[in-house]
Amino acid sequence: MTIKERGIEIIEEFAMFDDWMDKYNYLIELGRDLEIIEDSHRDPQHLISGCQSRVWLSADYKDGLIYFKADSDAVITKGIVNLLIRAMSGQSPEEIINDPLDFLAEIGLKEHLSPTRANGLTSMVKQMKLYAFAFKAKHES
Amino acid sequence: MDINSIRSQFPILSREVHKKPLVYLDNGATTQKPQMVIDAISNYYETINSNVHRGVHHLSQLATDAFEKSRITVQEFIGANSIKEVIITKGTTESINLLAYSFGDAFIHEGDEIIVSELEHHANIVPWQLLCQRKKAVLKVIPVNEKGDLEMDVFESLLSEKTKLVSVAHVSNALGTINPIATIIEKAHQAGAKVHIDGAQAVAHTPLNLKELDVDFYSFSAHKMYGPMGIGIFFGKEELLDQMPPWQSGGEMIDKVTFEKTTFNELPYKFEPGTPNVDGMIGLESSIHFLQTLGIENIKKAEDELLAYGTEKLSAIKGLKIIGTADKKASVISFLLDNIHPFDAGTIIDHMGVAVRTGNHCAQPIMDKIGIPGTIRASISIYNTKEDINRLVEAIEKTQEMFA
Repeated sequence: MTIKERGIEIIEEFAMFDDWMDKYNYLIELGRDLEIIEDSHRDPQHLISGCQSRVWLSADYKDGLIYFKADSDAVITKGIVNLLIRAMSGQSPEEIINDPLDFLAEIGLKEHLSPTRANGLTSMVKQMKLYAFAFKAKHES
Repeated sequence: MDINSIRSQFPILSREVHKKPLVYLDNGATTQKPQMVIDAISNYYETINSNVHRGVHHLSQLATDAFEKSRITVQEFIGANSIKEVIITKGTTESINLLAYSFGDAFIHEGDEIIVSELEHHANIVPWQLLCQRKKAVLKVIPVNEKGDLEMDVFESLLSEKTKLVSVAHVSNALGTINPIATIIEKAHQAGAKVHIDGAQAVAHTPLNLKELDVDFYSFSAHKMYGPMGIGIFFGKEELLDQMPPWQSGGEMIDKVTFEKTTFNELPYKFEPGTPNVDGMIGLESSIHFLQTLGIENIKKAEDELLAYGTEKLSAIKGLKIIGTADKKASVISFLLDNIHPFDAGTIIDHMGVAVRTGNHCAQPIMDKIGIPGTIRASISIYNTKEDINRLVEAIEKTQEMFA
């Protein structure tokens, strides 16, 4: 499945919730389900630092695809990270670099997209795309 | 005080957030503006907008008069000796930078010491760090005890003939501690040091008389005292300001320019480059009138009562811990919920229509000291009510339920 297709799946899931509370309950659940990063990767090198919460992110490259793992100290942030990983993990570098991640704007969590809010979902996305660029450069050379 | 009549002066308080009536408890970040401040600003633009000081035409005269009258209002409000001591800046942060550059240039030399405290806002840390780097001076820090009070005996032991400046907050934005600034000023003066007080969190909440305090420098921002954003005041004793060089240059701060030499305007204009924030100053004057009409003593009394009510209500919540329990506190309640990250809590509290601040409050050193990532902070103003506190309690309980 492409990132776009996975995004559509996520949009449909969120469309089932009328109430903001249910959306957040779902995010909390997703946060608790997130497959977390290895302890050895929970270090400054993998930290995306922000004013509100912290996120650790690692990426592995296998058979042309990138696999992400992450953790955060805040559960809602972890839930959002879980969605990003669901969309982007197991995709090719090209796919990750080029997909605009439209689903993020459509699931009704717009406030988490602002550059300074949370630790900036934007900086998470940026970091994931940077990993993709790095793997692409490394394996094409 | 008639709280309903006060609330009715703030148009924004009747709006909804996330389909719920707004409860605004983020006054430490910025206060809302009463109609009279909003009107003063729009009236300025509707009737006398013009550049000040330079123009000979009628509107420029009117704008200059209104602008300078506002300066006198500020002077009287803070108890400064003359308008020469009232410098208009963009806000507290710019005021502190002005001091760090100008005072630092004239008075700080290699090996000199500057003292700040552990609970300062970044704006009262970083300018001093940079100054110390420029001048090879040394930054010393007054520690804070577990309640959030400054350790005054350590402060005294830090003072020496090397101490050139002590710069501390009047009120802590993160914990609400009211620092014993009268004692700090007295002790620092005995050691021969000058004192700057960061008054950003104090001016709207506690009476102020700079003459009585005998403080050398004092900074504050209009937007935390019901006035507009982007304007603040830097107070300095005239004898010191006279000895300090200009910081930024251009515009009104200049007396005469030739390519050989430039001479500078007299105080306070020496420190006011460029076109000033005229509408901001008129808004600030109006916010002072607002405070004076209510009476700052009355405001303090009402806020103290609400702080006591809020502290009692929040303390009763299981799993809630108040961070900062100083003996003397202004209207700030910073707290943590067991096992719930402040960001998670803030997100849910926001959806309940309650505006609180979460995070490190730009005071990372004190958060590191306590060993926490940040807090959830409710900060109270004169328009807040017991009902607001009750709504906060409800939002906290909802948060605990969702993360249980």
